[in-house]
Amino acid sequence: MSTALLIEQLLNGLQLGVMLFLMAAGLTLIFGVMGLINLAHGSLYMIGAFACAVVASATGSFWLGLIASLAAAAAAGAIMEVVVIRRLYDRDHLDQVLATFALILIFSEGSRWIFGSFPLYLDIPPLLQGAVSLPGGGQYQLYRLAIIAVGVAVALGLYLLISRTRLGMRIRAGESDREMIAALGIDIQTLYTIVFALGAALAGLAGALVGALQSVQVGMGEPVLILAFVVIVIGGIGSIKGALIGAILVGLIDTMGRFLLPKTLALILPAAQAGMVGGALASMLIYIVMALILAFRPRGLFAA
Amino acid sequence: MKKILATSMLSLALASAAYAEPVKIGVITTLSGGGAGLGIDMRDAFTLAMKQSGNKDIELVIEDDAQKPEIAVQLAEKMIQSDKVDLLTGIIWSNLAMAVVPNTVAQDIIYLSPNAGPSALAGANCNANYFNVAYQNDNFHEAMGQYANKDYKKTFILAPNYPAGKDALTGFKRFYKGELAGEVYTQVGQTDYAAEIAQIRDSGADSVFFFLPGGMGISFMKQYAQSGVKTPVMGPGFSFDQDVLGAIGDAALGVKNSATWSKDLDNDANKKFVEAFKTEYKRLPSIYAAQSWDTANLILAALSKASVKDKEAFKAALKAADFKSVRGKFVFNNNNHPIQNVYVREVVKEDGVLTNKIVATAFEDHKDAYADKCKM
Repeated sequence: MSTALLIEQLLNGLQLGVMLFLMAAGLTLIFGVMGLINLAHGSLYMIGAFACAVVASATGSFWLGLIASLAAAAAAGAIMEVVVIRRLYDRDHLDQVLATFALILIFSEGSRWIFGSFPLYLDIPPLLQGAVSLPGGGQYQLYRLAIIAVGVAVALGLYLLISRTRLGMRIRAGESDREMIAALGIDIQTLYTIVFALGAALAGLAGALVGALQSVQVGMGEPVLILAFVVIVIGGIGSIKGALIGAILVGLIDTMGRFLLPKTLALILPAAQAGMVGGALASMLIYIVMALILAFRPRGLFAA
Repeated sequence: MKKILATSMLSLALASAAYAEPVKIGVITTLSGGGAGLGIDMRDAFTLAMKQSGNKDIELVIEDDAQKPEIAVQLAEKMIQSDKVDLLTGIIWSNLAMAVVPNTVAQDIIYLSPNAGPSALAGANCNANYFNVAYQNDNFHEAMGQYANKDYKKTFILAPNYPAGKDALTGFKRFYKGELAGEVYTQVGQTDYAAEIAQIRDSGADSVFFFLPGGMGISFMKQYAQSGVKTPVMGPGFSFDQDVLGAIGDAALGVKNSATWSKDLDNDANKKFVEAFKTEYKRLPSIYAAQSWDTANLILAALSKASVKDKEAFKAALKAADFKSVRGKFVFNNNNHPIQNVYVREVVKEDGVLTNKIVATAFEDHKDAYADKCKM
């Protein structure tokens, strides 16, 4: 095993983690401020990807598509909040899960209705095509490096937004005492809609960025949603810092597990079997880690 | 009162038997989620064939399994117990077929597979109620293993961790004589292949063989094309079929892949099928559509010979396979799996649309490796 391979895999883990952070940040923000479990967060991710693919193929510009994905996901999030979610804040989590699950079905069937069941085409912009050389003689896909950069920038931006701005102050206040900031005369309804739209836009951004790497299709959001939930449970529900650490942890563990487990098992088993057993174990690994973390820290690493 | 009702119902039942018998066919396939493209092609070709036959006695019960084994099992139970279907068909994925087929054929219901052909059902566990109209899972991969001997000595192989994935790599290795640079099993439904591509880069392979149907293949090819790895790829037709080519884009151009069918296969049944499908749905058919079209026409041919209620006669009629296959010659082996040619195709661009054309024949009248173990 060469150093170049190890560096490449570490970057892969980091890239997956950063992408998960974009999803998990919105999810944990919405839970922290409004106490809402939003299963339809994966649908917003899908909306972002579809908006980007449609606009990019119509205009020929990925960048316009990226802007469209932010706008479409934020708009869908805001509409969702005003029409449906707003009625759910006072209900218990079971009602919220039921209603947002219904939203998943509506969004999925709706997009199938409009775009059909076949995957859409979305390509990486020419500027970010190809691979770059890494120290150690390896190569790495430029676009994935760009995703890491976007993720780091978003994490930094969120930190500044929440710790340095008036909106951030209100979000923090909303997290610690919802009734009190309403009593202080802050328009809590608008605040909720803004937070929801912000979370949605981040999910849409993740969808668009990843859509160019994978396939843009109906139901693409749900597998990511499950991982994003694992991330916020590990990180501590409601904590942005927890989401960041949790996301990178999950990204690294998943990638390294997929890569190292079959290799390790190959020392004691025949290659084909090691591949199968290692692959199966690797797919369980993050859930095992989650169970272990919860056993020692039931409220996650950075519980609010 | 009860007695009168029972008698009148009985007489009603007798009266209806005098007319042509209605036939109920249950279709369980994947119409939602990442694998939906495959199931929709299957369903569309099947319903089109039924429509074109003009047979009014056939009733279809079509349900979506969402690519989940537990849902497929429930649907099969529902169709057998409450819809009382005469035949079942439609399943795309081998893990779903493994969950549904053994139990279905044990209840003496005939199952016709339009796609999945897991090895476990082709050998010692073959069954007189199970007809595979598509292929045994290993077949496409065996063909590519054979063809790879020509150019390659050190291949990296990759497939999802489920029955068809294992059959795929087993099939490839059965005929491939070179050395393996690596053998990796990925998760079913996986969308990011960065970790696997890194291993390919590091392995020093001279070629990559991968079996990743549906959305998995799209993701892999797009990421592979951008990764800077220049090792040539090849695969079974599933990784480069009509349902995914559009989304992969030009990265697929020139790639060799193996299949028992291609839209340029020169026979009348195939020309008719491709035209009819294009006219009805405004897109090119995939291999899943072709196999499903054959399944429908096999059923129609058998129905014209025997009643579906007379199980033994109907099975004999199915086994005779007296229909015009879009794959040309079509014969069932002793284990009710087809004996057929397997071709090597190349991805080309025709009128701006990516599609496949046949460049070689890997096997003629190819039989699967499990038929000997089947006591039928």
